[in-house]
Amino acid sequence: MAILESRTRPPLLDEALAHGGPIIVFDDVHLAFDDKVILRNVSFTLQTGHTKIFLGASGAGKSTILRLILGLLKPDAGQIFVNGEQIDAMSEDELMAVRGDLGMVFQEGALFDSLTVRENVGYKLYEEMNWPMDKADARVKEVLGFIGLAEFIERKPSELSGGQRRRVAIARAMAAKPRILLYDEPTTGLDPITAITVDEEIMKLRDLEEVSSILVTHQLRDAFFVAEHMAVRRGSDIAFEKVSGDKADEAEFIMLRDGKVAFEGNAGELRAATKTDPYLEAFLS
Amino acid sequence: MAIPLENWLKAALLEVQEYVRMLGKVGRGCVTRPFYIRDVIEQFDAIGIGSLTVVLLTGLFTGMVLALQMGITLDVFGARSMVGRLVSASIVKELGPVLTGLMVAGRVGSGIAAELGSMMVTDQIAALRALGTDPIRKLVVPRILAGLVMVPILTVVASGIGMVGGWMVTVGLLRVASSVYWNSVVQGLFIQDVWMGLIKPFFLGFAIVSIGCHVGLRTSGGTQGVGRATTNAVVASSVAVIAVDYLVTQVLILLMY
Repeated sequence: MAILESRTRPPLLDEALAHGGPIIVFDDVHLAFDDKVILRNVSFTLQTGHTKIFLGASGAGKSTILRLILGLLKPDAGQIFVNGEQIDAMSEDELMAVRGDLGMVFQEGALFDSLTVRENVGYKLYEEMNWPMDKADARVKEVLGFIGLAEFIERKPSELSGGQRRRVAIARAMAAKPRILLYDEPTTGLDPITAITVDEEIMKLRDLEEVSSILVTHQLRDAFFVAEHMAVRRGSDIAFEKVSGDKADEAEFIMLRDGKVAFEGNAGELRAATKTDPYLEAFLS
Repeated sequence: MAIPLENWLKAALLEVQEYVRMLGKVGRGCVTRPFYIRDVIEQFDAIGIGSLTVVLLTGLFTGMVLALQMGITLDVFGARSMVGRLVSASIVKELGPVLTGLMVAGRVGSGIAAELGSMMVTDQIAALRALGTDPIRKLVVPRILAGLVMVPILTVVASGIGMVGGWMVTVGLLRVASSVYWNSVVQGLFIQDVWMGLIKPFFLGFAIVSIGCHVGLRTSGGTQGVGRATTNAVVASSVAVIAVDYLVTQVLILLMY
């Protein structure tokens, strides 16, 4: 059974946003806080089912892009389209509907301290979508099983390790079956084994559930792992193998430098660019 | 010198603007869906029942010390039997609402600022918005409703127990008959006093909780910021209690006396 189901969209829009359609579009977006310019004329398109991986130094504006997509921040100039709707001029109430199709994994998880894992993961289902309790509970158990943390359902976030908290945050983001998932440094501060587990969850959602994703990270190893591997179902098991052909183009890197897009391309193109661009070479070395 | 003053004025105006905007959203949140009834009930418990002990102790000792002091003063005029009148008038009109307000400001105002401040700096408020929840409706409206309802109730409790404290001292130490004390208590109260004691806490409760929420939601700067927000919330809401008490008293005197 597919973990993610489609939310109702007008048929024409649904057709336009099918696999490869432009599910997130940034057009010439500009943002500054007082005198400090965060983003300068940033444009990119995320296609349905694809992944964009944002790299860049601290303060380059990577996390800000995720907050703009969610509507937590508004751009000073430019247009942002999410799921076929222009969100840059929307009110907070209108944005609530757009956020129904978005899931976000925050840097430190941002789990609600006072709630259990069950309540955190099912928050949107219980509080905002008014699912019947038994249906919501079944969904919570399903996603916790998907990320391998079913036995921690009654624990509080303070009783979990950093990696487990990150995975619960992924479960919370995917529980309401969004079409788009945004990951803000999901593996920062994790040991390599746990980081790989989180990477595999990201790939499973992308490759098996057709979730479009944007990944912001500093961890080059994780970024290349997610870009160059794919999840495939083999009977009841899930395997991860190296991508090839057109599939390699479905994960693209965007390098931000001083708020501008300094590079955009797939993993192979990024490696090739390091030979001609000293900044990219220094960043990736 | 001019630049820091200008910056301070701008920052102060920004705070006022954001506070008024928050109140506007609270007004909308009170009359339009969605409502978070469970959170409202939780806050009634946290603010009301949670503050009961501190309010009871404050009311009791205030009534006791008031009777003791009044006894000494009234003895000069040979009017010890009038202690009840002074205790009831002071407690019901002023000390009950103000001391309850100050206690709630210390306990609840700081708690709200610390809780919401921690949620701000750990991105939990952003996570709420990302999950489709309006933090004003989910976090602020229930707290303000609880403040509006529970602070008046706590004030009635504090005033009541204050008069009992006064009775204990008057009968036990000042050797005034119990019936004389209670008769004096009733004589000292007019209906306007009771209304004043009931109306003021609504404004105090609203001021304390709304300031705590505003300061909490404006927190930035990590754990240090949370500490700063907590201190600011207690200081601002304590001053607001005294200031609002004066203003509301002034208006009520004009309207009722």
